Amino acid sequence: MKFNNIKHIALAILVSATAFNCSNDDDNSTENVGLNFLGTYAQEDQMGRPAVNTVFVSADSKDTFNTIIPSEQSAAFQTMFQTNLEALSPAYNMPTDANALTLTSAQFTGLLATDVLNVSLDGTTTFYDGTNVLTGRALSDDVITVELLLIFGGEDFSENPGLSNDNVDANDKEFLTSFPYLASAW
Amino acid sequence: MKRTKILMATAAIGIASFVAFAADHIDAPAVQGGTSDITDFYAFEGEDTNNIAFVANVQGLLGAGSDTQNAAFDENVLVEINIDTDGDNIEDLVIQATARDGKMYVFGPEVPSQTGLNSSVLFDSAHQVVVDITAYGASPIVATAGGIQAFAGPRDDPFFMDFARFGQIIGGMETEFASPGSDTFAGTNVMSIVVEVPKSMIGGSGTINTWVESKRKQ
Repeated sequence: MKFNNIKHIALAILVSATAFNCSNDDDNSTENVGLNFLGTYAQEDQMGRPAVNTVFVSADSKDTFNTIIPSEQSAAFQTMFQTNLEALSPAYNMPTDANALTLTSAQFTGLLATDVLNVSLDGTTTFYDGTNVLTGRALSDDVITVELLLIFGGEDFSENPGLSNDNVDANDKEFLTSFPYLASAW
Repeated sequence: MKRTKILMATAAIGIASFVAFAADHIDAPAVQGGTSDITDFYAFEGEDTNNIAFVANVQGLLGAGSDTQNAAFDENVLVEINIDTDGDNIEDLVIQATARDGKMYVFGPEVPSQTGLNSSVLFDSAHQVVVDITAYGASPIVATAGGIQAFAGPRDDPFFMDFARFGQIIGGMETEFASPGSDTFAGTNVMSIVVEVPKSMIGGSGTINTWVESKRKQ
């Protein structure tokens, strides 16, 4: 079910890489001599906030969304996002409907259509923890339930209760308190 | 058991293909299931609160065993974390990661030579870390240079969601989520890149906007 398109390149060049003196505290670039980093790399995928492309972008535009730079995304996609949000959720049936962030469908999709993650450098970093909103994304943040609440939950999180929480509140393995933070592979 | 879960995930993906819903796993036809398919992106304050940790995951829904054993970072793919420090949603700094011969090369934070859809590797950057890619099942190998920490290798997918049930709701077979739900991503792995940098290298204070891109060598 998983296709690993492992592509090896220029092995002859890389053989020479094994010869370099790998000192982790030297920050000059001489150790890269012999490795091929040249060339142009062209964009294939991108993401900022979780689930934005998958939820709000129409099927025939998903590849396009991945290659529109964030500063141009809102102009290109906000209208589509609003149409899809209103089709998906009855919590935005009325023009005055808003979510718990007091954002109408136009305002909420205006925020989401620029798909970047806002991160505070001054304190708590969380998608939403009951107090802080969109100040980062921590591993343990239940981002899907937050997004479902903002999509389906209405002004006070009380609307469409069967749709506004997937009832999976945590990861299947404990995260680490220290770098690299993610749990070991299964 | 694990294989069953993966098959369930696959089935759900099929059902919900017109409105797939996950973090960014299999988000679009051109990248889904490939080596450049970003599954997730995280940015949070590190254990050392002077730092921000970035997590960029690719190649989702890897099952335990041979599926993960055989997974590898594509040496033709550049994973680029973009950082906008002045609020215009255009990257002022990038952190780049690309694999060569069993090692992950991490360059930046550095001012990119150009912004937008095409990138060059900033291999002359004063900020660089080289870390051995951790093998499946091995303890994580971490390298540190100039205050920057880096890790690369397979890890448990940190994303959690009852994706299968959502697919059934969208498909009209169910009207609401189950309680308790079932984590469709339980027991699956991703190929993960984790880079932790001092806040002082990415603006120092205030709010940054950040996003991750995968780019393929032309």
